[in-house]
Amino acid sequence: MDVDGGEPALIELRGVHKSFGASKAVDGVSLRIESGAITVLVGASGSGKSTLLRLINRLLECDAGQILFDGHDIRDGPAERLRRRMGYVIQSTGLFPHWTVARNIATVPTLLGWPPAQIDARVDELLELLGLDAGTYSDRYPHQLSGGQQQRVGVARALAARPTVLLMDEPFGALDPVTRTALQQQLIHIQRALGCTIVLVTHDIDEALRLGQHLVLLDQGRIVQAGTPTQLLTQPASDQVTEFLGRATLGQRLLALRQVGDILRRGEVTEGAPLRPEQTLQEALSMFLLRHSVRLPVADAQGQPLGVIHFNDLLQGGA
Amino acid sequence: MTQAPGRRPGGPARALVPQPVLAVLMALLMASLLLLPFLTVAPNRLVTGKGVAWCALLAGTATWLLAPLVVLLAAVFMAPRRWVCIATTLAAALLLTGLIALAGAEAARQSARLPELARVSMGGGFWLALLLTWAAAANALQRLNLSRRLQGAAHLLLWLPLSGLLAAGALDSLSLMEEYTNRRDEFHAAVWRHLQIVAVSLGPALLVGLPLGLLAARRPRLTRPLFATLNLIQTVPSIALFGLLIGPLAWLGQAWPDAGVRGIGLLPAAIALTLYALLPIVHGVSAGLLQVPTAVKEAATGMGMTPSQCFWRVELPLALPVLLSSLRLAIVQLVGLAVVAALIGAGGLGAIIFQGLLSSALDLVLLGVLPVVAMALAFDAAFRWMSTAENPP
Repeated sequence: MDVDGGEPALIELRGVHKSFGASKAVDGVSLRIESGAITVLVGASGSGKSTLLRLINRLLECDAGQILFDGHDIRDGPAERLRRRMGYVIQSTGLFPHWTVARNIATVPTLLGWPPAQIDARVDELLELLGLDAGTYSDRYPHQLSGGQQQRVGVARALAARPTVLLMDEPFGALDPVTRTALQQQLIHIQRALGCTIVLVTHDIDEALRLGQHLVLLDQGRIVQAGTPTQLLTQPASDQVTEFLGRATLGQRLLALRQVGDILRRGEVTEGAPLRPEQTLQEALSMFLLRHSVRLPVADAQGQPLGVIHFNDLLQGGA
Repeated sequence: MTQAPGRRPGGPARALVPQPVLAVLMALLMASLLLLPFLTVAPNRLVTGKGVAWCALLAGTATWLLAPLVVLLAAVFMAPRRWVCIATTLAAALLLTGLIALAGAEAARQSARLPELARVSMGGGFWLALLLTWAAAANALQRLNLSRRLQGAAHLLLWLPLSGLLAAGALDSLSLMEEYTNRRDEFHAAVWRHLQIVAVSLGPALLVGLPLGLLAARRPRLTRPLFATLNLIQTVPSIALFGLLIGPLAWLGQAWPDAGVRGIGLLPAAIALTLYALLPIVHGVSAGLLQVPTAVKEAATGMGMTPSQCFWRVELPLALPVLLSSLRLAIVQLVGLAVVAALIGAGGLGAIIFQGLLSSALDLVLLGVLPVVAMALAFDAAFRWMSTAENPP
């Protein structure tokens, strides 16, 4: 039986240590990673977050402690078999430059010996999922793609063999802000659609708050705090957490986690250009300030009025 | 604003003529044709002959040679558009064939007139003119922007008429060809022997060099001492290395007379040349593997490739262009060094060259040198062609 009594964790780390020479990269980390959610390991550079990720797919081996994946110690069986069940995406994409996009995406299915017809179908399906036209991009080489397209192919390649978990190491770090936001949105959509488990490493707290359902804040190889974004923002375990989350913008970040729809008062009406229910309360706050108003109208995508939000309601709830 | 077509406004500094490279080539070509002897006529094969000027030969059908020359000279003053470049290439091809045919015809005429032992050889003017005309053709071909393969094919076509002239016997009276006729069997054997020396050196060099290169790439600690040793070998002059090997091998031969080991001949040559070929091969393998991006290797491992899958599917294909270019270097080097192997009795084209040098018969030296140059160029071209085939578009 599980100690916490909840759902059994997909990945469980028990007192994991990893040192490089004298420096302790990961220092006694115990962590449960739930199935079907995005868990973000966030921390400054040198906090051990990338090392932790690479311990999970055995690109590095722990010095001490144990990692369980799907209930089994990851050291049972060959590392290759483990890795083929875990998608892996890295910042510099690591696409194979001598292979076409289609062959890159087919990497793991080919290793697993899928029949060619099934591989072709899967490649087309994934290109479509990532918003790349199969006819246009299948036969291109990575160097013929933009940075954003390359990383889409990188994600498609990692998803190809329907892995149990997707490990992503700063996947969007090398992209420009516009492309980054677009890919973050796409990742959220894919995760919701497929219900897959994702462990993502980033140093960008905005990215962490935007993507993560569970956040693990790391510093010097130790977990400083783990929890939902709201928990971290409203009940920071220490000053260090508050500092990392950005003391001055804490409130706005909290509002960014909630949507206009959450505080909508249906049936009321007011003048002005309407907001949409899926916009964040951070955007709503900005609108209150710009319009010098305490009431703003909300409408759906077709422009049908839904109701009104009140400035005072921003202050309630959320915790 | 009116601009002559083909000239781009704001381009690089305007030259005096539209085709400065061709202008220089043509100036040198004219100088070598007018100032240097085109042919030399000697009473026998060992003495230096009297020069015959190119102008003196321009009579009868030979005056047609002026036509391609005029085209080439005119092209200097024309913008290098497509048809100009095509015309330049064709004119150069004609001139190339014409010059060789002219030398052959004149040699035949002189031989009929002169005593049996007299020799007609190609002079400095001939060789330079040939080289410069080829350069003019190469320059025009490059401007045509053909694919590398088409360009290679065009270069081969340039020399096609030469084989026609050779087959028709039009050059038989030239001293070089007389040397060939006199030693036909010896020459053919020497060419084969030369290729054999290259092959028996390259084989072991690959057998040892490929694993060593892999080792150098995988074990950074070994890299320094390994390359220090290989570099040291490279600095030993080839003759010295051959000499160094004579002693121990001769001793081995005496100790085990049945083993067939001797201090001179093919074996020491093969050992020395193998050692020389090691540096480029080992370097090629290790540099090729090391330039494979770390991210790509990490991705391959992270996807679940085994080390051997990672090597064969990712690392080796990505290292291949560098590896092939090092191999090309090694082979071209071997073709050249195999000449020196003749000094320790390994035979090959070097034997013909040294025979010519010792008897100061220049045409015999040429008979040995020309196939060596042709062989080196052929290997070079073959490997370049292969590496274009390897790279994705």
